Order: sequence, then structure tokens, then C-alpha cells
Amino acid sequence: MFSRAYRAAVAAPPLFWVAVFLLVPYALLFGYSFWSVSSTQVIVHSWTLENYRELVHKDVYLQTLFRSMWIAARVMVFSLLLGYPLAYYLSFHAGKRKDLFYQLVIIPLWVSYLVRAYAWKTILGSDGVLNTLLQYAHLTQHPLNFLLYSPFAVVLTLTHIYTPFTFLPIYASLEHVPRNLVEASSDLGAPPLQTFWRVIFPLSIPGVLAGATFAFVLSLGDFLAPLLLGGPSGIMISNIVVSLFGAAYNWPLGAAISFCMLMLVLGLLFLSENLEKKWSFR
Amino acid sequence: MELPVSRHGNSPNSRWLPLHAVLVFGFLYLPIVTLVVYSFNGEGVGGFPPHHLTLDWYRTLFGDDAIWGSVVNSLEVAVGAMAISLAFGIPAALALDRADFPGKSLFRRLVLLPLILPGIITGLSLLMLFREADVKLSLLTITLGHGTALISVATTEVFAGLQKLDRAQEEASLDLGANYWQTFWHVTLPNLRLSIIGAALLIFTLSMDEIAVSFFLIGRDNTLPLEIWGRLRRGITPEINAISTIIFVFSLAAIVLWYRLRMRAEGEAEVGAGLV
Repeated sequence: MFSRAYRAAVAAPPLFWVAVFLLVPYALLFGYSFWSVSSTQVIVHSWTLENYRELVHKDVYLQTLFRSMWIAARVMVFSLLLGYPLAYYLSFHAGKRKDLFYQLVIIPLWVSYLVRAYAWKTILGSDGVLNTLLQYAHLTQHPLNFLLYSPFAVVLTLTHIYTPFTFLPIYASLEHVPRNLVEASSDLGAPPLQTFWRVIFPLSIPGVLAGATFAFVLSLGDFLAPLLLGGPSGIMISNIVVSLFGAAYNWPLGAAISFCMLMLVLGLLFLSENLEKKWSFR
Repeated sequence: MELPVSRHGNSPNSRWLPLHAVLVFGFLYLPIVTLVVYSFNGEGVGGFPPHHLTLDWYRTLFGDDAIWGSVVNSLEVAVGAMAISLAFGIPAALALDRADFPGKSLFRRLVLLPLILPGIITGLSLLMLFREADVKLSLLTITLGHGTALISVATTEVFAGLQKLDRAQEEASLDLGANYWQTFWHVTLPNLRLSIIGAALLIFTLSMDEIAVSFFLIGRDNTLPLEIWGRLRRGITPEINAISTIIFVFSLAAIVLWYRLRMRAEGEAEVGAGLV
């Protein structure tokens, strides 16, 4: 029904824009990762594998990458532990209050990321709300210092930020579980727990995968929460990139790290997409 | 909707699940409540219990030209980003819905990528583009960055709208002699109105809050999140709580509006009791 001209007219402008402002920049990131910086702080456009060699040979990069992955993994697990039962409760047991509760999960999602990270800082600090509350209640004598400027603070804050992100796809997948299957299972005598593990949970796996991927990937690349709340022991891989693009001035090395991160993320997305396909029922 | 499982209302699930839900909501809202409460606290952002409740921080805030300057910058960026995302997102959705072209599936993935990639990667990549093209960093570069990253939102929202569109109307319009352009303006676009307004609101809110991409594309002028970021690094005052509270109230208004539009777009009448 749509002519060739129509199709070309709607496809061409976005194709052009996306090529210039997404495809070229991502390709440029790859290109930069093979360049270098001269002693006079000029970026040299000649090809070298030096940046990748440095990434492999200096321990700090891999160590920081593993620490970031460990932080991201904890955020992912905690977000699932908080998000899944909540989604299940809303979808199966909340009755009339379902839509209100759903909105209540969404609202924090739209409160600025920065503002929420900042709020945690005011809660966890040594004269923050939590420490003064504990002392006020005579539960502690001195402020607890591990609360802020630690990986703990980063994991807590990122979990807070990504729990709604994890909740959403899980909730969507639970809403699509055919209710007659659940009914059939209990009619045939399965106790609720068995119905859950044998019927409901397997059908919600695509949502779990999508939520887990969101939480892991977005926490992995975060640099603001570690800068604000992480302290020296909470530094993540993106913080190294930020410093290489700032004071340390080594864009090509920063580009090499970012490109590895991009590949890691694309790999995870590919993996999760395939697992989702495998687990989704027709 | 009453569910068949409710007959197991006395199973252990139904006791600990509501408790878990209460705890999660507590966790989600604790920082937001703290933020709002301490924006009225005369003593500063720490200290329990809060006392000397005052509006002083709001007064300081209203006299703070740097903050309001950055709010104006953010509004400019958000409006520009909205225009770019819609200008390219709407045709992108139409193309994905009705055209076949080489590289279509790559195109779809590429458009959606900024939504799932950590912002730092998109931000840095664009920074390199602007550097290689000798473009000076400014609010314009941030606008281009936001606009490009948020095409994803416009595309997904409008694409969802297209899926529900009644094709017969467009066919009738074409059969009756209207050309494609007339059909687009008079039939397709009005039918997508609610999806487009919803997308616009979402893009606006996301752009106002965006920091990871802006962080790398900033020139001389700050957006609001970057102004707040700069202050956080120097020390914290309840003035930040005050501006955050105001943003929160505005985002809340935008969400309610967006949600109502979405419900209307989906033609559902009885959803969202309590909030809307």
C-alpha cells in the first residue's frame, strides 16, 4: 500500500541521522583505541596496539573491571531479590490496589538519578541522617564510617536506582502468564509453591533475564555513584575512563577501555536476548 | 481482576509477600522522603531529628541566579532534544513499521542502543565525533547528544502507537485521492497524537534529568544536573534538597500527565485509581 517513494522518504532521514550521530561515533571509539598520545599531549592518528597491550599488562585495569563486575553482580542480585517478589505480589495478590502499587514503583524511577544518589549521601554520611538517628536512639556511640565512601554505599544506591528497572520487565512477563494455566495447576492438586516453581517462574524467566541485564549493564558502566559515594575503595572502571578523558589526558587508552566495555555489554545483550528467546513460550 | 490463585489466600506467600512489598516501598521512598524533609531543615542536611523547620533554603534558592540560569539552559536543551528525537523518531517508527530496507535490523538495534548502553559510552563517542569535526562544545552539543540518544524513546512509543493504528483509514484516504503527504498530515499524525505527546513528555523529563551524556559534552554553560553535580563536589547544603524537591514535584506532574495520556491512548477507562 505504501509506495517506494514514501518508504524512502520515511527511512532516509532517520537512517542518515543515526549513521552520523551513532554509527560514526561508535566506530570512532574503535578507531581512537588504536591511536596514541605524544609526549606533547597531541593525539597521534597512527595505528598501534599499545593501548590494548597496556590493558592486559597493567593489573589495575583488569582488577578494576572485576571489581566493577562484582559490584554490578551484587546490584543485579539485590534488585532481583527486591523486584521479583514485589512484581509477583502485584501481579497475583494485590487485587484492586495493583495499579496504584504499580504507579508507586514507577514514580521513584522518574526522580533524577543524581538526586537519589545525593539523598543516599545525606543519609549515610558520618553526620548523616542514619548515623545521627542511631546515636539519638543510643544504638551506637560513634558514627559508623563504613556506611559512606565504600562499595557498600555504591551497591546500595545502585540497587535503589535499578530495582524499578528490574521490576518492570518481570512484572510485564508475570502479567502475561496465562491465568488458566495457574488455575489448571492448582485444580490438578499442585500446592501453591509447586505451581509457582513449575508453572509461573519458568514463564517469567524472559522478564527476569531482561531485568537482570538492565541492572547489570547499567551499573557496570556507572561512574557518578562511585564518584559521589564510593571513596577510593569503590572506584569503578568508568571512573578510570573519566580520568583518562580528563586530567590524565589519554583519550586513546580511555577509548580502548570503553570499547572493551562496549563489546562486553553487546556480548551480554546478545546472550540475554538468545536466552530470552529460548525461554519464551509461543 | 480477581485471580484464581486467591483461593490460596492463607498460604504462607500471602503473609510474607505484603511485608516484603512494604519493605521494598520503604526502601524506594526513604531517600525521597529524607530529601523533601531536610529541604525544610534549618540545621542542614544531616542530624536527627530534623528541627528548626524553615523555608530559608527555598528563599536562598530563589535568589540563586546560577541555579536558575542552569534551569533555563536545561529547558532549552530539553525542548531542542524533544524536537530532534521526534523529527527523526517518528519517521524511524514509520520506516520500521512499513518499509523494508537493507540493514533494517541493524538500524533498529542501533536506534535502541543508547537506551541500554551505559551513558558514558554514548557520551564519549559523541565527544570524539565533535572533536574530530572541530565542533566547539556547548549547549548545542548536549542538545544533539540528548536528541540522538532519545530517538529510541520516540521510536518505541510511536511504533507502539502504529501497531494499534487502524490501517483502513489510511487506505481510505489514499483511495479517495489524497496523496501520501496529505494522508500523513490529516490521518496518520492525528491518530498518533497521544503516542507523540506521551513520547514528547517522556523525552522532556529524561533530558531534564540526563547527566552521563551531558557530562562529556558540556561547554561553558551548565545544565541543571551538572550545576547540582558541581555543587555536590564542593559540599552539600539543603538548597540542593530544595531544588530537588521542586524538580520532584514537577516530574510527578509530568508522570501523572503522561500516564493519563497513555491510558487514553490505550483506551482504558478504569486504570490508575488513586493516583489519577
